[in-house]
Amino acid sequence: MMRELFNFHGGVKPETNKAQSTREPIVVAPLPPHLVVPLHQSIGGTPHPLVQAGERVLKGQRIGAADGNVSAAVHAPTSGKIVAVEPRVMAHTSGLAMLSVVIEPDGEEAWMPLYPSNYRSMQPDEIRDTLRDAGVVGLGGAVFPSHLKLKGARDKRMTLILNGAECEPYITCDDMLMRERAQDILRGAQIMRHMLGAQDVLIGIEDNKPEAAQAMREAARALGERMDVVVVPTRYPAGGAKQLIRVLTGIEVPHGSRSTDYGVQCFNVGTAYAIHETLNLGRPLISRIVTVSGNVERPRNYEVLFGTPMSHLVKLAGGRPDTDRTIMGGPMMGYLMPNPDVPVVKATNCVIAGSRAMFPPPPPEMPCIRCTACVDVCPADLQPHEMYWFARAKNFGKAQEYHLFDCIECGCCAYVCPSHIPLVDYYRFAKTEIWARERDKAAADSARERFEFRTFREEREKEEKAAKLAAKTAAGRQTAEKKAVPAAAPAGDALQAAAAAAQAEGTVATPSAPPQPATADLSAPVAAETAPAADPKKALIEAAIERARKQREAVSPKNTDNLSDAKRAEIAEIEARRAKIREMAKTHDEDGAS
Amino acid sequence: MLSALLIMALGAVVLGAALGWASIKFKVEGDPLVDKVDAILPQTQCGQCGFPGCRPYATAIAKGEADINQCPPGGEEGIRKLADLLGREFKPLNAEHGVEKPKSVAIIDEATCIGCTLCIQACPVDAIVGAAKQMHTIVAPLCTGCELCLPPCPVNCITMQPIGETVETWKWKYPVIEIKPAEDKKAA
Repeated sequence: MMRELFNFHGGVKPETNKAQSTREPIVVAPLPPHLVVPLHQSIGGTPHPLVQAGERVLKGQRIGAADGNVSAAVHAPTSGKIVAVEPRVMAHTSGLAMLSVVIEPDGEEAWMPLYPSNYRSMQPDEIRDTLRDAGVVGLGGAVFPSHLKLKGARDKRMTLILNGAECEPYITCDDMLMRERAQDILRGAQIMRHMLGAQDVLIGIEDNKPEAAQAMREAARALGERMDVVVVPTRYPAGGAKQLIRVLTGIEVPHGSRSTDYGVQCFNVGTAYAIHETLNLGRPLISRIVTVSGNVERPRNYEVLFGTPMSHLVKLAGGRPDTDRTIMGGPMMGYLMPNPDVPVVKATNCVIAGSRAMFPPPPPEMPCIRCTACVDVCPADLQPHEMYWFARAKNFGKAQEYHLFDCIECGCCAYVCPSHIPLVDYYRFAKTEIWARERDKAAADSARERFEFRTFREEREKEEKAAKLAAKTAAGRQTAEKKAVPAAAPAGDALQAAAAAAQAEGTVATPSAPPQPATADLSAPVAAETAPAADPKKALIEAAIERARKQREAVSPKNTDNLSDAKRAEIAEIEARRAKIREMAKTHDEDGAS
Repeated sequence: MLSALLIMALGAVVLGAALGWASIKFKVEGDPLVDKVDAILPQTQCGQCGFPGCRPYATAIAKGEADINQCPPGGEEGIRKLADLLGREFKPLNAEHGVEKPKSVAIIDEATCIGCTLCIQACPVDAIVGAAKQMHTIVAPLCTGCELCLPPCPVNCITMQPIGETVETWKWKYPVIEIKPAEDKKAA
């Protein structure tokens, strides 16, 4: 049956350079002296280490636990001793170090006990957790945790697409995997189909890999599965997820939405193989197929344990002496490594040894002449020349308006640019710059919020304190008033007496004015003051002050009696000094206040 | 003549009423310019500008009472953004208010900390946790690096540590200017 194929916009046809590395079968790479396994190998949270230096680990033992759901675990690729858990240089262009587990292999390759599971008798959530804890991520290069993508849609007819297009030059790891392990890939696809509830399974393979397509067809027949192997025309980047979906189904996934919204889910063939190994064999993801090509004598594919230094692979393949750089990935989208000893990680599909002769330095960058050759080849239907213009001018808002984030960094635009402008570098610069700004903005907004809340809280606390104090004084006043009223009562009718007393005080200050007899020297001033002010509160306060003063006078310090003259002189001196300091503090306060 | 005057007067009354109604109906609460300025400021709340926080400084800038070059954490880029927003001339950072430093977080040496809570009271964004006579610690993701916790510490156990780049925060460099090796220069 011939399927109707669709077309994606643009694309280029660079020299494939694939034949060199497909001549020999996949071989297991021998153990290197040390394995450096970075903990952060996938998109999402950094797994936290579960082992310490000095511990012994078995092959397949979990050494890094997934941090939250958007993350994937990391496992020991072989048995041996943990030498260190420390930051080591990552397989990343920046050359920055990240927390890694360094393992010295003991050569025994002693596996953990393996527990194969029957996916048909497991709950979907259980399968997803198993995949997360087995560290299964997309092996096409994006390393997105696979368990997050394996969610079925109830209301839609789902289509599962296996991506075996492998469009980038030099890379042949998927090709060789399909040729040699086609049945296992399809067993993984069975699990995916089960999880997604997908009716259709399409396997997209470029037409320059007839052996792989044949092997996959035979495997599908042998397994008795209805899975369509679809041969697509060779054109870079047919292996991009959105491009392959477009070619196979005609669905163009719009800006801002995902293919799942349209009932399509796309996985790399290597991921399918990893899922088969995880569930049917119980083995976590600890190795992958890596193409070693470029400036080497014997380019071929190796099955490589994660953590193997890239230099080890280049040496195995017979790296030529003029090799001066190591590239992870292909020549179009690959990243230059900071040094040849960085480890192979889950994202490493290809290691290219490069030399000056092989990849001569690009001619100098010339100004953009706005020929729009880049627009003609852009597979994402963008306007690369406009994005370049705004990225160069650091006008990031405008660059985003031209959908910078829909750019897949395939490099077609830079490949055809007659002015040799490294366009992708500009997009990468703009993207990371925008992310950094967004992070700063989020941090500033949260700081503002926290500061405002703190100010609000301080205000509230102050108010609460004041309210409490007011309530306390009010309560105190009430009890005092209750006491004061009976005291004033003997003077007769409270109000009249007060008014009369005020008059008496104002006109003739006679000693007979206070109505009560001066029984106690404390109560006398109370009554006297209450009357003229006609305000019991003030009177109470003054009475209290008076009481306190009297008490103070009544109590004389006992320790100053019977002192010698010298002691007395000393005390006087100290008192004088104190008075001086008090004076100084007073003036200081005034200065401060003003 | 009279009718013309009446028409003009009527027009004035109607338009005046419309404007008056609009000014009440569409009244803008607060100063929108202050919000815009505040959005540019880095929100460290460090007070190096001489105002008790970013918002008071933003208010002062909007009123024209403060200059735009008093914010060291915002740095040159912040001044440029303010100059763009306010249509003023760019000025270099006023050294009186401090110098631009790399973004840092405060770290408490937990062995030395005596649990006095003074730094907790000083922190403008509540990024320090601890209680009296208990060890304090800084919640690093919330720390703005304002350094306000440094002076109150009686045992000097707080230090500022610059935030290094990680693989997640690393940025591709601006590809325009390439530094060429000396041999190329000679050839050219």
